[in-house]
Amino acid sequence: MASKNRIRTSAASKAFDVFNVVFLSLLALSTLYPFWDTLVVSVSSLKSYLSTPMHFWPSEFSFEGYAYMLKKPELWMSYRNTIFITVVGTLINMAITIMAAYVLSKKDLKGHRVFTFLAVFTMMFSGGIIPTYMVVRTLGLMNKVWAMIIPAAISTYNLIILRNFFTGIPKELEESAMLDGCQEVGVLFWIVLPVSVPAITTISLFYAVDHWNDFFSAIMYINSQKAWPLQLFLRSMLFENDAAYSSGGESLFLLGQPMKMAAVMMAIIPILCAYPFFQKYFTKGVMVGAVKG
Amino acid sequence: MTVVSTARPGQSRMQKLGSYIWKHKYMYLMLLPAIVYYIIFCYVPMGGIIIAFKKFNPMRGILASDWVGLKHFRQLFGLKKFYSVLWNTISISFTRLIWGFPFPIIISLMLNELRLNRFKRVIQTAIYIPHFISWVVLGGILTNLLSADSGIINALIKALGGKPIGFLTDDHYFIPTMVVSMIWKTFGWNTIIYLAALTSVDPQLYEAAIVDGANRWHQLWHITIPSILSTIVVVLILRIGSLMQAGFEQIFVLYHPGVYGCADIIDTYVYRVGLTEGKFEKATAVGLFKSVVNFALIVIANKVARMFGEEGVY
Repeated sequence: MASKNRIRTSAASKAFDVFNVVFLSLLALSTLYPFWDTLVVSVSSLKSYLSTPMHFWPSEFSFEGYAYMLKKPELWMSYRNTIFITVVGTLINMAITIMAAYVLSKKDLKGHRVFTFLAVFTMMFSGGIIPTYMVVRTLGLMNKVWAMIIPAAISTYNLIILRNFFTGIPKELEESAMLDGCQEVGVLFWIVLPVSVPAITTISLFYAVDHWNDFFSAIMYINSQKAWPLQLFLRSMLFENDAAYSSGGESLFLLGQPMKMAAVMMAIIPILCAYPFFQKYFTKGVMVGAVKG
Repeated sequence: MTVVSTARPGQSRMQKLGSYIWKHKYMYLMLLPAIVYYIIFCYVPMGGIIIAFKKFNPMRGILASDWVGLKHFRQLFGLKKFYSVLWNTISISFTRLIWGFPFPIIISLMLNELRLNRFKRVIQTAIYIPHFISWVVLGGILTNLLSADSGIINALIKALGGKPIGFLTDDHYFIPTMVVSMIWKTFGWNTIIYLAALTSVDPQLYEAAIVDGANRWHQLWHITIPSILSTIVVVLILRIGSLMQAGFEQIFVLYHPGVYGCADIIDTYVYRVGLTEGKFEKATAVGLFKSVVNFALIVIANKVARMFGEEGVY
């Protein structure tokens, strides 16, 4: 803000600035360090991991952990499932959410209030874990990747954000298109969607991250290893008894922590690679949602 | 969009409604998938709550099973375990509220005071990252950092002459570890909404204040905080409305029988009773109890906000 530069800087004000910069830098480092530590352990040999308590830099490089992980067919199967869930799930999410948000942004359409209430009420009250589980089971979705897609087809929160964004689009823009003979559906495709690209990118991103990280639906609905998403595979690598795995050929115990951290890196790397591309969008997107409607 | 009535005089109300819907058929058609979704995955489960009042017979299905009235609730309210998980849920999320609610507000105010925009963006980029990482992955990272033999935190404690602490194994430390790690994961993301509110503050207000001789502290107290107050209230209502959510994924990944006494929350209990032991009625009853309390909390928080002249969230 330009006005701030003109403030006469007193000693106290300067001292605060120094403190502020130092504190926030330390805070940012404390959010990044755990990831660095993980990376360092994942490329260390087990011997060097065990002999040094601080892992600022690997004292002896070893990629055994990665080699072990990359050879596991379960890793690739769970990757495939997660990618499928993320891509197909997000497409379904977006199709349903865009259509519903557009319709609900028309405040003079009959039934608008009833439908909005129907959606918002589900944020305040829910049937709970077990009744939802029974519905998913009755529909025959158990142990299928679809169990992680269909029951999560809409997030009401995202629906409301997008509806608020659509409501904010100038009406004149849409009305002129209507005069040109465009139908309501045409207006959505030719007018509303093109001006909403940042909002739509943001919401897609929210959905995609939710799918990629989804662990809740996985432990509820997926037992069969064939349908395991990445998060379940990881959990089995990280938290289940090593003894259960050591029977199957190579003992995990020998690879230990570096192997586990290699598994962790395998799940983080795709997100960290995509992060720089999407991060400029989501701040805008949340600001869109902050406008209440 | 203006809705022009195509109805001619003499038509009945039903006909009018019919022709209205026909005229806007594509609009209603576009809403259909969402309606179907909400009915099947939200409203049918709400109906499924009746299982808490029945003796569930898998052969006959939920509807045909016999009613047992409040039997499951009477049993539940007589169980010590029930009060223990209720207490754990409330105490975990309350501790999180007390520390985790003000923290992002303070951080966004500090970010707002930074003079260098590029530096501000670097910090923001860093502190948003944990939001995008799942609890399974963060659980793995935590076990690495907090390990008693070779984690950095215990290495530092030992270097300072202390004894290593079992952050994830000792039941005195488990809950504080959950609270701190939850705040670590969420605070950065939670600053976004305040930063968004801060960008909409009119710069003229600051200029006028400077002319009047206000220093930075005065400006913070009399301009910045009042202008984000309504955002703070809305976020607080939402937080209070989710007090019954103590963080299922986080606890489910990291807890173990050694810490069940302090870490077993309503959701993990429902999961074990319902899906591991197969006692659907009992688990549904616990879940219903949670949903009702949750609902009451949202309504009360909203009422209180309105009493203080804020808009509320619905």
